[in-house]
Amino acid sequence: MNKKQKKVLVRIIVAAVLMTLLSILPLKGVLRFLLFMIPYLVIGHDILKKALKGICKKQVFDENFLMAIATVGAIILGEYVEGVAVMLFYQIGELFQSYAISRSRKSISSLMDLRPDYANVETPEGIEKKDPDEVNTGDIIVVMPGEKVPIDGIVIEGEAGLNTAALTGESAPKDVTVGDEVLSGCINMNGLLKIRTTKMFEESTVSRILELVENATSRKSRSENFISKFAKYYTPAVCICAVLLAVLPPLMNLMILQREAGFTMWIYRALTFLVISCPCALVISIPLTFFAGIGGAGREGILIKGSNYMETLAKTGIVVLDKTGTMTKGSFEVVQTYSAAENEEELIFFAAMAECYSKHPIASSIKAAYGKPCDEKSIGTVREIPGKGVSALVNDIPVLVGNEKLMTEAGLLPASCELPATVVHVAVGGVYAGYLVIADQMKPGAADAVKDLRRIGIKECVMLTGDDSAVAKQVANQLGITKVFGGLLPEDKFGKVEEILSSKSAGEKLAFVGDGINDAPVLSLSDIGIAMGALGSDAAIEAADVVLMDDDPKKIAKSVRIARKCMGIVYQNIYFALGVKGICLILGALGIANMWLAIFADVGVMVLAVLNAIRALYVKNV
Amino acid sequence: MKKTYKIEVDCANCANKMEEAAKKTAGVKDAVVNFMALKMSVEFEEGALPETVMKEVLKNCKVVEDDCEIYF
Repeated sequence: MNKKQKKVLVRIIVAAVLMTLLSILPLKGVLRFLLFMIPYLVIGHDILKKALKGICKKQVFDENFLMAIATVGAIILGEYVEGVAVMLFYQIGELFQSYAISRSRKSISSLMDLRPDYANVETPEGIEKKDPDEVNTGDIIVVMPGEKVPIDGIVIEGEAGLNTAALTGESAPKDVTVGDEVLSGCINMNGLLKIRTTKMFEESTVSRILELVENATSRKSRSENFISKFAKYYTPAVCICAVLLAVLPPLMNLMILQREAGFTMWIYRALTFLVISCPCALVISIPLTFFAGIGGAGREGILIKGSNYMETLAKTGIVVLDKTGTMTKGSFEVVQTYSAAENEEELIFFAAMAECYSKHPIASSIKAAYGKPCDEKSIGTVREIPGKGVSALVNDIPVLVGNEKLMTEAGLLPASCELPATVVHVAVGGVYAGYLVIADQMKPGAADAVKDLRRIGIKECVMLTGDDSAVAKQVANQLGITKVFGGLLPEDKFGKVEEILSSKSAGEKLAFVGDGINDAPVLSLSDIGIAMGALGSDAAIEAADVVLMDDDPKKIAKSVRIARKCMGIVYQNIYFALGVKGICLILGALGIANMWLAIFADVGVMVLAVLNAIRALYVKNV
Repeated sequence: MKKTYKIEVDCANCANKMEEAAKKTAGVKDAVVNFMALKMSVEFEEGALPETVMKEVLKNCKVVEDDCEIYF
């Protein structure tokens, strides 16, 4: 608690004790009034002062003013205890609210505790600790074990395991070595790293993420706008009702029914109205829920860029997935080998040696499958045959590696392979040796991710890809996606998404998931653009509404579930708070609810709504 | 031009009122108060001087909520 809150707490305790004492004592008349004024002023003097100021500034529907009227009214009617109690509980409610909010502010910002405090900059005089803001691009910084990487850069010395959990929610460490790019916000777990910075601090990943999260709640959702509009009319409406309640029934009694006016009773009921007129519970719990939800999602490596996107995400009905980089790794790998001589190791060895000097992605995948560094001594002349492959001398044996054409031209008969993928044939010493099948690898969990989407009730999953239709169909089959469009150029993808958008119903939203590299226009076209594995890619972070920081496709369904939980809490709070207030107003008008009940309802609803809102923070197992 | 300022305010409804008041100030094109982050971002009209406009914004905010502060 801060100083201000502690002071209020002391006043609450003093006033509560005095009030209880005074209500037990058998006091009468003026003395009773004067004594009750002590706790009343102790607890309410600031409210009364603010109310007076409000009147001077013509702010009639100010909460302080209403509380002042309600309690002064109660005291005039002789209900001293109630007058003091209403003020007391109002203050308790305010204190709880401000405490709960400062607590959740703290807990959310500590979740996103990424901000580095300093950077160790290498200077001619040795290592100097500097404010990250003062470090220039191209400076050399040193990151010791246990420290946060303060600024994005490239490792120039050392190797280490980095903990990226704060950025991605992923707990497995990432190993980096010389030449690797490192992102700010990661924690160096074991080695000493020297990094050449490639960005200024304010453009580094960590600054951008912090900015996104902090500003996310500025993009207000429709429910928030609804509530602030509602609050604007609610208070005046309740006040007008209160005035009518105080005046009309007594007048009716006098004029029409010819009986006693009963002014006291009706004024008391009107004052009860004023107690319930503060819209605080609603107004506070909605943004708090979004704030907690966005904070909780951030901890899971899901950045939701605004409360409005949270709302749309919860209504997702169609998910359009990009293939490469989203459902597949976007890197080639040897997935199958066929050896005519049934010696696969030798097959891969010869293929890898022949492709040793090639930088082509397919060559890299073959070398990766071999797994050992090339022995350059065993490689003789290598000749590239454009569009076909390579021929090389390996251990003085002539080797051919390439496509079918290369084989037939050498007078060999390659085995046929029906798989819709890239096939590389190998001939060793003039004899056909076999082939390697090379394909883009499915991400682990990609099929589960699609299942998850179906389980949470996403009606339609569509996959788009630039690859040819046969490959696309095969991947879609493995994933369990029935609707797939292959052979699309980036602009075709845009058209396709436009087509789906125009054919869907208005209530369900379309989410597009891509890696953000060349699909930025599609990301912004769709209702919700989700960029995957976008950590460090500025363009993707810019274009997307939701950023998945690692590239786990299971996070797609998770982000929808988080959004739904958050929206569920928002609606619970709206209905609950409106419901209880509505009931209290009716009961108050009928004289069933007195001022005590009204203030308990008011403060109680707020406390419950705030506690419920904080639940949105816990999304680990949604 | 858009600028973000740190603010001090106690209740969420007051933050809404401040937003309303800021929006109505001359020279302000749009204003958003983020109660959770305690920030106000103000988009100024073409040619308006942020310093002078913000003084007015603060004055208008003080009318609706006495207990508020904007740091600029």
